[in-house]
Amino acid sequence: MREPALAARRDPALLRRALIAIAVGYLALLVVVPLANVFAQALANGLAAYVRALLRDPDTRHAIVLTLTVAPAAVAANVTFGVAAAWAIARFRFRGRAVLIALIDLPFSVSPVIAGLVYVLLFGLQGHFGPWLRAHGITIIFALPGLILVTLFVTVPFVARELIPVLEATGADEEIAAITLGAGGWQMFRRVTLPTVKWGLLYGVILCNARAMGEFGAAYVVSGHVAGKTDTLPLRAEKLFQEYDVPGAFAVGSLLAFLALVTLALKVALERHPDRSRDAG
Amino acid sequence: MTRPRVLPGYRLALAYATAYLALLVLVPLAACFLRAARLTRAQLIAAVWSDRAVAAYALTFGASLAAALVNAVFGLILAWALVRYDFPGKRLLDSLVDVPLALPTAVAGLTFSSLYVETGWLGCVLVPLGVRGAYSRLAVVLVLAFTGLPFVVRAVQPVLETADPATEEAAACLGATRGQTFRRVTLPYLLPAWITGFALAFARALGEYGSVVFVSGNLPYRTEIAPVLIVARLEEFAYGEATAIASVLLLASFGALLAINGLERWSVRRYA
Amino acid sequence: MTASGFVQARSPARALVQLVEVAGLVLGLAVVVYAATIELLNASYDPTRELWRELNGRFAARYERETGHHLTIRQSHGGSSTQARAVIDGLEADVVTLALFGDTDAIRKKGLIDVKWVERLPNRSVPYTSTVVFAVRRGNPKGIRDWPDLVRPGVAVVTPNPKTSGNGKLSFLAAWAAVIARGGSEKDAREFVARLYGQVPVLDSGARGSTVTFVQRKIGDVHLTWENEAVRAVAEAPPGEVEIVRPPVSVLAEPPVTVVDATVDRKGTRSAATAYLRWLFTEEAQEIIARHGYRPVDAAVLARHRRAFPPLTLVPVTALARDWSEAQEKFFDDGKIFDQVVRR
Repeated sequence: MREPALAARRDPALLRRALIAIAVGYLALLVVVPLANVFAQALANGLAAYVRALLRDPDTRHAIVLTLTVAPAAVAANVTFGVAAAWAIARFRFRGRAVLIALIDLPFSVSPVIAGLVYVLLFGLQGHFGPWLRAHGITIIFALPGLILVTLFVTVPFVARELIPVLEATGADEEIAAITLGAGGWQMFRRVTLPTVKWGLLYGVILCNARAMGEFGAAYVVSGHVAGKTDTLPLRAEKLFQEYDVPGAFAVGSLLAFLALVTLALKVALERHPDRSRDAG
Repeated sequence: MTRPRVLPGYRLALAYATAYLALLVLVPLAACFLRAARLTRAQLIAAVWSDRAVAAYALTFGASLAAALVNAVFGLILAWALVRYDFPGKRLLDSLVDVPLALPTAVAGLTFSSLYVETGWLGCVLVPLGVRGAYSRLAVVLVLAFTGLPFVVRAVQPVLETADPATEEAAACLGATRGQTFRRVTLPYLLPAWITGFALAFARALGEYGSVVFVSGNLPYRTEIAPVLIVARLEEFAYGEATAIASVLLLASFGALLAINGLERWSVRRYA
Repeated sequence: MTASGFVQARSPARALVQLVEVAGLVLGLAVVVYAATIELLNASYDPTRELWRELNGRFAARYERETGHHLTIRQSHGGSSTQARAVIDGLEADVVTLALFGDTDAIRKKGLIDVKWVERLPNRSVPYTSTVVFAVRRGNPKGIRDWPDLVRPGVAVVTPNPKTSGNGKLSFLAAWAAVIARGGSEKDAREFVARLYGQVPVLDSGARGSTVTFVQRKIGDVHLTWENEAVRAVAEAPPGEVEIVRPPVSVLAEPPVTVVDATVDRKGTRSAATAYLRWLFTEEAQEIIARHGYRPVDAAVLARHRRAFPPLTLVPVTALARDWSEAQEKFFDDGKIFDQVVRR
């Protein structure tokens, strides 16, 4: 897409090389080396120990299962929200629209620790709903529901933020056409809207999932740290670290890093997809 | 302005989205402010403006600002190199920029702390030189720089990519040097996106917990960030104080959000 | 919209009935198994992970032999005060085995533990005692033998945060006691702890975090830690890397254990939980406790392990303040002595 740079736009070779070197160096120092270190530390005791750490430890296995339960649950719920919010925001104009957009962005700027704290304030035994929950035998904090809730909180914006620009960019013409031709609301949604936004939706899901799996701060506050019960993968890594099992902690970390790299690969693959109409932001 | 809406689902979508957001986000955040409101004015000030809290704010804001500035400079260079130049491995580099977005913060914290201690790959060289990249304020800035890396790059990249070469060529034809062209033509064009990226990196760094808690050492008055102070207060049963400090942090975050939006609007008006 | 899916099934009704039967059987089995399984949650402080792992395994086996019920004991670990807070916030621990009387009592104050909890178990609910010792590097290059050595220039001290960790509080109290027991005044003690905490580069939230910092991250010249944790550090580090130095004077730590009445009454696990805690005072359990580096309260077992537990002058907390409540208030409450000392 880029035309060859004219002499007027070409930077002197020395400057070019220097800037490339700086760019590469910065990225290497800040990203590549730490990433490599994760895997190096994980394999410090050899491959056999690495595999054992991940597969043989029942608490780690449970942490894998727990993360694979919490993250998809949070993502699924946030997909429903993202679709609803994007539909309302992209297709309609109403009073308070800007406020809604700002509110969606809110969890981005809230520290995860505060997210955990506010849920303890609401659902902990000393919190607003605590006694009522206890009386009815419902446990939220220090159990699975609490973990899902805080993960929901921190990942709220992801799907919505991806869908809104896509919906806005594609325009409502086809949908309006479908309606005027007699399609029902859900029919129009299923047959016209979804196929158009499916790549944006997928993109949002991938980002949302990556964030959900890696959530640490909020989970730390509401987890209860019961090994084999309420430790997600990031919490398990921290716990292993505390139990002198540094290679074990990094083994779990490497699993998370691997998932991150897979996420990135999917993201790159999606970006290259011909159907994907991506504009800035 | 009340045209009948052709498209369906307005009420359903809006109601669902608003209810969801209210229940999940607004009510819990309100609980935080309510709990903090239970403190007396004196207690509130003591909690929120204690020396330890002030030190925590200073570190949180200072380190976030420093990290965002570092990313502003290097992020711009990165974006420039990725868009304007061709070199082997460019595509790989481009994908790597997103790693901090996908990598869990705890893993980042673990690996950074292990790298910069005396026994780590980088620490074995740096520590003897007196550079402590772990358990220090520098450690906090380093890890926050990692977390904010993608924001400036990804904000500036699209703008650079879609820049019309005609303006720069015109400047060159009129006798400007590369430096002048950059300063007078390209930079102002990039400014809105650059500021947005900087502000996003800053806002992101403000709330960061998972990675910092592993690398900073968490010494009160020295290397304790505000979220760590909140957790410390929580663990001491001081709920009122924890929520008070959390409220301050929340207000600061809201403020940052508003400022970002305002900055974006201003720079678009002024420079685009 | 045709019912295309149902053409193949020979008798969908029959298939459905069979499915329900199997599901019912599986569910019933699960319920039976579940009912026969008792699950206890033990909320403990940071360094006791390995101790409880062994104790739990031994007790669960014994309990199943004696009662036929399958017992699962889960553990949660963290700073002592952090764990107390978690229980107060709703963590459903059946038993709490925290580091300090004050933390356990805080849970009692919220009505979750019976007022008379201390007298329910032998020895005032204290199954073992411990103290704070020094862990130093190979060969003790800085020559650290006693408390005054800690405040020499250039000595970096590692210890956890007294606001969250039992170890942290006890290190502070031990330092304070070292001055008072030797005839120093409160002013001298205050000066000493001020200088001591000036030498601390990292304040972890729990004992274990502190040990990891000292052993793995190689930060600090001396680590003020639980005796049992120092024993563990010696074991976990490469041989000879870490040595234990026992100062002549230190604080007496008496970690209590108790059942959390609110939880066991709701879950119906009181008898199992009580049996669990009573067992800690038997010789079998005391032997395990001793082997992990905790000082057993059973005199015979202690005598057998005399070499591992040399006698020290152990100052109880009551020598420094009227009781734990006062100690907490005097030293660790907001704005009190620790806060004043740490501000510089």
